[in-house]
Amino acid sequence: MGGRISRKDVEKVAKLGRLQLSDAEIEEFTGQLGSILEYVEKMNELDTEGVEPLAHCLPISNILREDEAKESLGTEKTLANAPQREGEYFKVPKILDDSSGV
Amino acid sequence: MEDGLINLGLVELRDKIASGEVKSIEAVEAVFGAIDKYEPTVGAYISTFKEQAIGKAKEVDQKIASGQKIGALGGVPVAIKDNMCTTFGATTCASKILEKFHAPYNSTAVQKLLDADAVIIGKTNLDEFAMGSSTENSGLKQTVNPWDVQRVPGGSSGGSAAAIAARLCYGALGSDTGGSIRQPCSFCGVVGLKPTYGRVSRYGLVAYGSSLDQIGPITKNVADAALLMNVISGHDAADSTSVSEDKAPVVDYLGEIDEGVEGLKIAVAPQLNAGADESVRKSVEEAIETYKKNGAKVIEVEMPHLDYAIAVYYVIATAEASSNLARYDGVHYGHRTVEPKDYVEVYSKSREEAFGQEVKRRIMLGTYALSSGYYDAYYLKALKVRNLIRQDFAKVFEKCDCIMMPVSPTTAFKIGEKTADPLQMYLADIYTIAVNLAGIPGVSIPCGFDNDKLPIGLQILAPAFEEQKLVRIARMYESQTDHHKQVPPLTTNL
Repeated sequence: MGGRISRKDVEKVAKLGRLQLSDAEIEEFTGQLGSILEYVEKMNELDTEGVEPLAHCLPISNILREDEAKESLGTEKTLANAPQREGEYFKVPKILDDSSGV
Repeated sequence: MEDGLINLGLVELRDKIASGEVKSIEAVEAVFGAIDKYEPTVGAYISTFKEQAIGKAKEVDQKIASGQKIGALGGVPVAIKDNMCTTFGATTCASKILEKFHAPYNSTAVQKLLDADAVIIGKTNLDEFAMGSSTENSGLKQTVNPWDVQRVPGGSSGGSAAAIAARLCYGALGSDTGGSIRQPCSFCGVVGLKPTYGRVSRYGLVAYGSSLDQIGPITKNVADAALLMNVISGHDAADSTSVSEDKAPVVDYLGEIDEGVEGLKIAVAPQLNAGADESVRKSVEEAIETYKKNGAKVIEVEMPHLDYAIAVYYVIATAEASSNLARYDGVHYGHRTVEPKDYVEVYSKSREEAFGQEVKRRIMLGTYALSSGYYDAYYLKALKVRNLIRQDFAKVFEKCDCIMMPVSPTTAFKIGEKTADPLQMYLADIYTIAVNLAGIPGVSIPCGFDNDKLPIGLQILAPAFEEQKLVRIARMYESQTDHHKQVPPLTTNL
């Protein structure tokens, strides 16, 4: 166990997954993910040369429909669960700073 | 064993309501009577809708009194796992991130229940976002096993399974991504059916592992499950992975349920079964003996790749989960952190505050498996082994009608027993997980009890879209045994 995933790896993955983990969680996950990954690597016992990857059990194809206008949810229903709104918009903190020139 | 209104099956109750022998309102009152008595102990429901249920029951009774036609579930009280969207009440997924979320539409499966005149009693507890095998990962409450309140009900559809076992409704919907219908049904001594992937619309089912998730019925007996399948199955234009009916027509699952299967060929994998506790193994073997006495032939098979199912699942399911759960961003709906210092914190702090540990763990695992440099070694490899697992099943089904094995290697474990070691919890999914990877249907039916009087489940698996055969096979056993009629001591002692 251990060595499969470092504290630094965990911090990087947390950033990718947009999770602001606490120090204790980073510590805990480093150990736990390490042992889960060690178990998962059991897959490497199998020779999968020439085996097609199977993402879906059914033969899935693109399903198209006529491009017809239909009734949509509407502004009020869409915004009903918004944590913060302003008028007809979802309100979020500023994404670009004032010096960005955009 | 107990008689009385509350112990009727869903089909029986439906028929009695339709004939006027029982009123829907009486059934609804019986259910809320049981909820008043047992729900404080069991904790199966996240929300209940008493007023709405009474209103609907009266409406159905009125229709019957005036000779109008009613739907296939006319007046029958049912429950829904709280990861299916409803326009009434909240849709929480047992997560703090969605605690106050009110869906703007009904999931297709729920809409079909409503269209069939079912009375919806409430929404049941689950492991947060259906991630777990014990319902201990619920961010909102703890559900206990009605057979032993110190033990877990199984998961993730633990609320639905416990509700049926404790007689808190007549039928329920669950969802199954790696065993989440079958395993809690095994632990709670009730019937649970996971349909073929694509049989039931996933529209409005909050996504966990999209290539694995499937909605299915949880009931007291096999006929009840068949009736619910009749209602919820079928193509849905709103779910592009639901299968069109010219490819796989929906048949009447209830119609020929008592006809059995002549010359039934059952596959068993002794090597695999050896991993189960002795009491479980013995019960499952006895159940297979019952089939043999009725003329079934048992064929021993090997499915060498099933040993890898857990490894494959925890890569694919977490990869899909990490992608699906990216939508909880604190912007459009759900929890948002107070006073984020920038827009990144809107995401990362909101998610940190409101997701539980198991959800975070799976997002982390899936994100890692999909990240640059690890994709081929984990995700792509898992997809290839998934294909080998599917081929194992295909080979067995060339010569057999079904496969029988345990649902879980153990009976219900103690609350808290496995929470410290997530890998140990994952390993308990050994018998259920491969079924989702292969997309085939499976059912869990009660087949006995261990020394502690905890229920044991028999799992029966069939080829894709063979649900009709599956329920007929399950019914063959059920019609000769009374395990499914046993009632937990809780509901007679309190």
